[in-house]
Amino acid sequence: MAMLSFERKYRVRGGTLIGGDLFDFWVGPFYVGFFGVVSIFFTVLGTLLVIYGAALGDTWNIWKINIAPPDLSYGLALAPLEAGGLWQIITICAVGSFVGWMMREVEICRKLGIGYHVPIAFGVAIFAYVTLVVFRPLLMGAWGHGFPYGIFSHLDWVSNVGYQYLHFHYNPAHMLAITFFFTTTLALALHGSLILSAINPQKGESVRTPEYEDTFFRDFIGYSVGTVGIHRVGLILALLAGFWSAVCIIISGPFWTSSWTEWWTWWLDLPIWS
Amino acid sequence: MKLGIGISAAIAVVAILTIAMLTMAGWDRPPIEAVQSGFRGVGLEQVFNPRDVRDQLDANEVPEPFWPLEDVDMTTPKAGEIYENVEVLGHLPDDQFNRLMSALTEWVVGDAAACDYCHDTANFADGSMYTYQVSRNMLKMTQYLNSEWAENHVYPTEGASGVTCYTCHRGQPVPPAIWFEDTRPATGIVGNFTGQNTPSEPAALSSLPFDPYTPFLEKDQDIRVHTLTALPSGNESTIQQTEYTYSLMMHMSTSLGVNCTYCHNSRAFYKWEQVPPQRASAWYGIRMVRDLNNDWLVPLQPLYPDNRLGPNGDAPKANCTTCHYNVYKPFFGENVTGPYPSLMQPGPTREANLRVE
Repeated sequence: MAMLSFERKYRVRGGTLIGGDLFDFWVGPFYVGFFGVVSIFFTVLGTLLVIYGAALGDTWNIWKINIAPPDLSYGLALAPLEAGGLWQIITICAVGSFVGWMMREVEICRKLGIGYHVPIAFGVAIFAYVTLVVFRPLLMGAWGHGFPYGIFSHLDWVSNVGYQYLHFHYNPAHMLAITFFFTTTLALALHGSLILSAINPQKGESVRTPEYEDTFFRDFIGYSVGTVGIHRVGLILALLAGFWSAVCIIISGPFWTSSWTEWWTWWLDLPIWS
Repeated sequence: MKLGIGISAAIAVVAILTIAMLTMAGWDRPPIEAVQSGFRGVGLEQVFNPRDVRDQLDANEVPEPFWPLEDVDMTTPKAGEIYENVEVLGHLPDDQFNRLMSALTEWVVGDAAACDYCHDTANFADGSMYTYQVSRNMLKMTQYLNSEWAENHVYPTEGASGVTCYTCHRGQPVPPAIWFEDTRPATGIVGNFTGQNTPSEPAALSSLPFDPYTPFLEKDQDIRVHTLTALPSGNESTIQQTEYTYSLMMHMSTSLGVNCTYCHNSRAFYKWEQVPPQRASAWYGIRMVRDLNNDWLVPLQPLYPDNRLGPNGDAPKANCTTCHYNVYKPFFGENVTGPYPSLMQPGPTREANLRVE
């Protein structure tokens, strides 16, 4: 794709957060930057360690490769490489790589002079991951509470951790997270289809303006959130899905140890009916 | 303006409910304690609030014997030779007999001197009180449990708990954790619970079926609803049957104070190869409770006065909580039968095991 007219103007070195103009250049369309190199470094190291961990394991079956966290008995200490230490280092690499990627987004935003919405949004996803493998293990007192890195094994972990609280669907934050996930897809489907209906007309028809989109929704549900507003709605819905996912797991264990069904006694005990 | 009032009211309601759920839900806090039972990272682990466990330890202390077994005078004449109508324990020396009688009165009535709870104190041999007859059957039942179910569930000799009267009674004439049939008849067109959809005590207050006991712990309805193949292959279990099984499992979890992963690897609930050995003990436990209910507790129904029977006129029955009291092993596995060997096996004068008078 041809360069946009302003790209030449903004593609100048300097003004980075740290590192001076170290790695402050583009490779083809990609901005590299100091944090790009940080991210690539941790990605490559982490991936190689995963491959090393797979080599230590007993299978090369992509579904069954499993890099598991240490036994709970190691607590918050370091474990030997083959007994969970690899998982610990890979976790550091993952966090380094994700945060590096987010900071690279920040640098790009700064060069363009736009808001930090994208890195903040990505930060919520990182927050959810860090909650799973760092915050919750810290609160529960052992790295072994993190989830294993493996396609099947992490699903087994999800299933068993859910059943540690007997009926996870009663977890109130899990309820909210699921609701936001579904609402996000609803909002995206409505938004995508609405835009296409206006700007992707049949041959011979003309493209319609945003007024048509607003009018459709006013006819439809009596209100249109507007062209900017719908993107705020979409972003907030998506971020709340990730945020409440993080909440639903961090309260499971550190702040709730029994069946999630029993949490609802507060509702049954409301003075209205008791 | 109207909208403003509406929004303010909605915010107030949300705020009140939020405060209620933050303050009334009984949250835990770190530090917590976790016990791993499977390979690392699989999530097979028990999660405890150590402060709750401490309370449970206090609430599950085993009462000390009135005097140690070594001090019992075994040379005293046999109880059966001294007293009349001693059917179950007549083979014990008088001293051992009286020690057990005092202990079990303490265990069941909460007062070792309350002989009159079961006996006509003018004539101890008189067996006309219903409590006397139930007690005699309960003694036999205890001996039966500690002998016939020794290897598969109660393990009285392997450093585990075993069973005495106190295991269930805890100083109360009616054991605190018993159950009756719960049928809840329909009340009008919208009042039919169809067995569920209201906070279910057995199922940890979920909306699962509220009487999983009758089908599984009295009758022997099939608990297994799992499809064992990836694609449909003729499993005709219904959603409701599955929910009944789930309800029973919720009861077992809460009554043992453990979670599902104590006995199951949830990636394949049915697979014996991938589960902790506790599942075998639990499997036998279900059979044991079924056995107790059908052969020992339900047959006592004609003996009880009406106020001891359930709403449907059924006898009080046992489930997992009856002995476990929300602990994975009753009394955290502390042995209770050691000082009372006479409760470990039927006496020599025992008649038919399952006789109910």
